[in-house]
Amino acid sequence: MLERRDWFVVGTGLVIGILAALLVRFGNPGNMGLCIACFVRDITGALGFHRAATVQYIRPEIPGLLLGAFVASVLGREFRVRGGSGSLVRFLLGFFMMVGALVFLGCPLRTLLRLGGGDLNAVLGLAGFIVGVLGGVEFIKRGFNLGRAQRSSMLGGLVMPLMGVVVLILAVYHPVFDPQGGGPVFASAKGPGSLSAPLLISLGAGLLAGILAQRARMCLSGGVRDFILTRDTYLIKGYGAIFAGVLLANLLLGQFHLGFTNQPIAHTDGVWNFLGMFLVGLAAVLAGGCPLRQLILSGEGDTDAGITVLGMVAGAATAHNFLLASTTAGPTLNGKAMVLVGILVTVFIGQLCREG
Amino acid sequence: MEMVVDARGLGCPLPVLRVKAVLEKRPEEVHVRVDSGAARENVSRLGQSMGYSVDIEVLTGGEWLIRLRRKDYLST
Repeated sequence: MLERRDWFVVGTGLVIGILAALLVRFGNPGNMGLCIACFVRDITGALGFHRAATVQYIRPEIPGLLLGAFVASVLGREFRVRGGSGSLVRFLLGFFMMVGALVFLGCPLRTLLRLGGGDLNAVLGLAGFIVGVLGGVEFIKRGFNLGRAQRSSMLGGLVMPLMGVVVLILAVYHPVFDPQGGGPVFASAKGPGSLSAPLLISLGAGLLAGILAQRARMCLSGGVRDFILTRDTYLIKGYGAIFAGVLLANLLLGQFHLGFTNQPIAHTDGVWNFLGMFLVGLAAVLAGGCPLRQLILSGEGDTDAGITVLGMVAGAATAHNFLLASTTAGPTLNGKAMVLVGILVTVFIGQLCREG
Repeated sequence: MEMVVDARGLGCPLPVLRVKAVLEKRPEEVHVRVDSGAARENVSRLGQSMGYSVDIEVLTGGEWLIRLRRKDYLST
């Protein structure tokens, strides 16, 4: 039966699912109330690191999640500055998690949100993600390890929370640094980047989700991983709860549309939906957590998670500058090639990195 | 003599796997040192599911010492 701790992760999942549906209601893109990959990508574009004009906006949800996790970890006496465990390898894992997510068009969290909005393409994404996690678990069983993290100076752990504050300031004041260039800060006039909930609602939802996710250790790759490794069902209950929460809220709000075609910000190429998320699952297990978990950990002093998030930023910039990201018409040739490269590189990392 | 597992600095899911490998040998007592809240909770949950009582001591420097004792050993 459910114990008290289980109720907390279930409650957290339900709140995140319901918040996501509400954020869509308040203006965020369809089935994208919360998406770590998409929103980090939008911020990357707003800062001018990529030039895809339709996906540029400073999403307050991201600094909200980061700062929510920071506050929760400080209050819970869990803020610990640590790092130095395979940092640059983690940068690569973050990079390829982002590439895989942008070929599918969503991180593991958005996979559940898409499912809960009736988007059946996400079934293939979820299947790919689960198989990817199983692959990652095989490497863990064979002794994969990026090494022990060491405690380090306070400053390092404050870098990511401070970057969150800077991004928030840019979101509020929206300065234009190069008037002739039209930015940065850029903001999409059309496309998904132009669709957003009001700033304070987005920020509030991000903060609340960040606090809860930090306390519950919410992690989407951890659910399947822990069940396979130790039959521990704690995190996987969070999965179910996110799905139940968003499904219920979408049904009540009239946002549920079952089918494969005409789904918001999605394509119908099943093979690449599967393989994109396979790459995300594989890389997430090796990195020790999904994009959401990396963001939360980077707020509680884990500088390796911070580097993983920066790898995701680089992955987002590369994905759009080099036309790797899918469009609603489907995946690109470049994107397919890069997913295969990513799988290869991640398998190498899984094979080669063992504790000496 | 209790066995000792040093899980400090290890990311998920390694602390749990290290402890699981030890508990499968059914020792009477295992002491685990962890330095993250997630590891503390995961190791505690694992211990309970494998028939061990869990006692957590807060150490200085943001670490915890988890004492796992085999339940059938306690009762004899």
